[in-house]
Amino acid sequence: MTTSLTRALVQGRNSLESIAIPVLAFAVSMVLFGGFCTLWGAPFWAVFGSIYRAGFGSWYAWQNSLVHAAPLMLCGLCTALPIRAGLITVGNEGAFVIGGLGAAAAGLATQAASPWVSLCCMAAAGIAAGGAWIAMAAGLQYFRGVNAVISSLLLNYIALAVMLQLVEGPMRDPQSLNFPASYAITQSHQLGRLYHSRIHLGLAFGVMAAVLSWVLIERTVWGMKVKIVGGNSRAADLVGLNSGWLILAAAFLGGGCAGLAGMVEVAAVQGRASHAIAAGYGYVGILVAFLARQSPLRIVVVAVILGAMLASGGALERDLDLPDASIAAFEGITFLVILASESLYGRIPWLHGMFRGMPQGNK
Amino acid sequence: MIVQSEFAGVSTLAVALLGAAIRGSIPYMFVSLGECLTETSGRINLGMEGILLMAAMTAFAVSQMTGSPWLGALAAALVGGLLGLIHAVLTELPGVNDVAAGIAMIIFGGGLAFFFGKQFVAPLAPQLPVFDFGGWSSNPAIRAALRISPLFFLGVITAFGLRFVLQRTRWGLYVRAVGDDPEAARSMGISVRSHRMAATVIGATMAGIGGSHLTLYFPGIWSEGISGGQGLMAVALVIFARWSPLRCLAASLFFGAAQALGPSLQSLGVGGYYLLNASPYILTLLLMILSSSRSRKLAGMPGALGARV
Repeated sequence: MTTSLTRALVQGRNSLESIAIPVLAFAVSMVLFGGFCTLWGAPFWAVFGSIYRAGFGSWYAWQNSLVHAAPLMLCGLCTALPIRAGLITVGNEGAFVIGGLGAAAAGLATQAASPWVSLCCMAAAGIAAGGAWIAMAAGLQYFRGVNAVISSLLLNYIALAVMLQLVEGPMRDPQSLNFPASYAITQSHQLGRLYHSRIHLGLAFGVMAAVLSWVLIERTVWGMKVKIVGGNSRAADLVGLNSGWLILAAAFLGGGCAGLAGMVEVAAVQGRASHAIAAGYGYVGILVAFLARQSPLRIVVVAVILGAMLASGGALERDLDLPDASIAAFEGITFLVILASESLYGRIPWLHGMFRGMPQGNK
Repeated sequence: MIVQSEFAGVSTLAVALLGAAIRGSIPYMFVSLGECLTETSGRINLGMEGILLMAAMTAFAVSQMTGSPWLGALAAALVGGLLGLIHAVLTELPGVNDVAAGIAMIIFGGGLAFFFGKQFVAPLAPQLPVFDFGGWSSNPAIRAALRISPLFFLGVITAFGLRFVLQRTRWGLYVRAVGDDPEAARSMGISVRSHRMAATVIGATMAGIGGSHLTLYFPGIWSEGISGGQGLMAVALVIFARWSPLRCLAASLFFGAAQALGPSLQSLGVGGYYLLNASPYILTLLLMILSSSRSRKLAGMPGALGARV
């Protein structure tokens, strides 16, 4: 058999696997979650009915899901991009908050400029702040050997404290009495919405960032270098790649995405920086990245599905009297199942039967 | 007269700080000792924060429903062990790395705790009894500082016990062997899997006991922010305790005191409420930067920590 045919078949099996297994894992977690809610007294099928109606049941529900999906896409990239360079970071929430803070500061400083200039400054500030935040964790791991998972989680707490300190102090709007918040961005300088819907431009940012990341990783030399560093750092050193800079750059881009999500939250949703911007999108973004197996394009799809799940949290509480934290339980269950499913790659007999006698492809 | 009262003020502050160190050290102690055991076997469990949250919630719920805080602490230990078992099984699967599994455990433990804990947010639960060593003093600060939870002594005993087990028993030797060089251990007929799984489950059980302290000691309430990253910082603490149980004990006391530093600086009028509250995180990060090294293998570090076999 010719090598190219063999390669095509191996790739076919691998990509079939890498779609079938996550889909299966997601289905299993849905069933487990349904069973979990049944223990709580909610009828099994009603759980799914409720999630479907709240997530995709109407145009209103779709808008709600997509509004949640936008930050999830960007936060998913925050974990996915550094992982391609071999670095696991989970500082998404911190980069989101710091990005939002930077964007709010930039927005308030440029209120006199035209809306366009102001929004560009806000986006640039958000990206720079979030990017630097994750690059800091990456640098600490690369240059000092500090575990980036632990440091980036610590940075999440620190980011929140920095934001609250500034919002309570120098940036505080004296009119925000019992709920400290920064001064508001003028309405005209806020991010626009798409076609009179509730969906804001953040969704476009998310999709664009995902597509650009895919191009960068899969279709450029730089992306190939990043993947080599992520796959085998010793090989990367041997061929003379500067792994340190590649890891830092991937971390900066990932953090920049989360920072941009923070900017969107400030410029399109809240209109100001406050405690409310730390709504946990960063943490769900970690799950998005793992469910999408760190692939930028799949992040778009996964973010929409998890966006719908987030949107249905309130409905589960209203319709079925489940605690509003039921979505948090769902996230935990899904994360465990998706990790367990990692062990299935290359082991499912019916997937292998289709390609009998094939050489083992790369996982 | 004035000198005397100033001296009384300073010593009261010192006693208050000591009391805070004792109180605040308990979760750190149990989690770091548990993590120390787990890591000695070569496994990393970054999910301690999730275990701490779930254990704290369970302790609260069981104490409130049965009226017995001791049953609450026991249930917390069991839940910790159960979550540890999930981690142990998950990380034994091919293709699953410890770090990703730990992240999943943080989200899983936290998610379950928030789900089940919703109904318990407002009320109080019966608390564990305390040893009252301050009865002799008329100073309320000293009396508050010397009201010591029995879990503190259990933690100290656990630290010395763990040191004894790891250094002086056959099982401890096997756990260390499995963590240092799994191939060599296996060739001697030691089961890598069973020792790692046991160390992970026992370590998580210890963390569960630490979690019960969060809700079964004054003020005895449950809230979603109750652990505030203590499980995470305790895992970091093991690194600069160089995988030694007794150094974990000392570092936990230091962290307990450091946690009280923010509030006491505020009471002295130092500004920056949120940043001062974040000082434990900043301190942990600084200590990690100081005690880690890129090239040098850290002294005391298990040879095969987090490595796949």
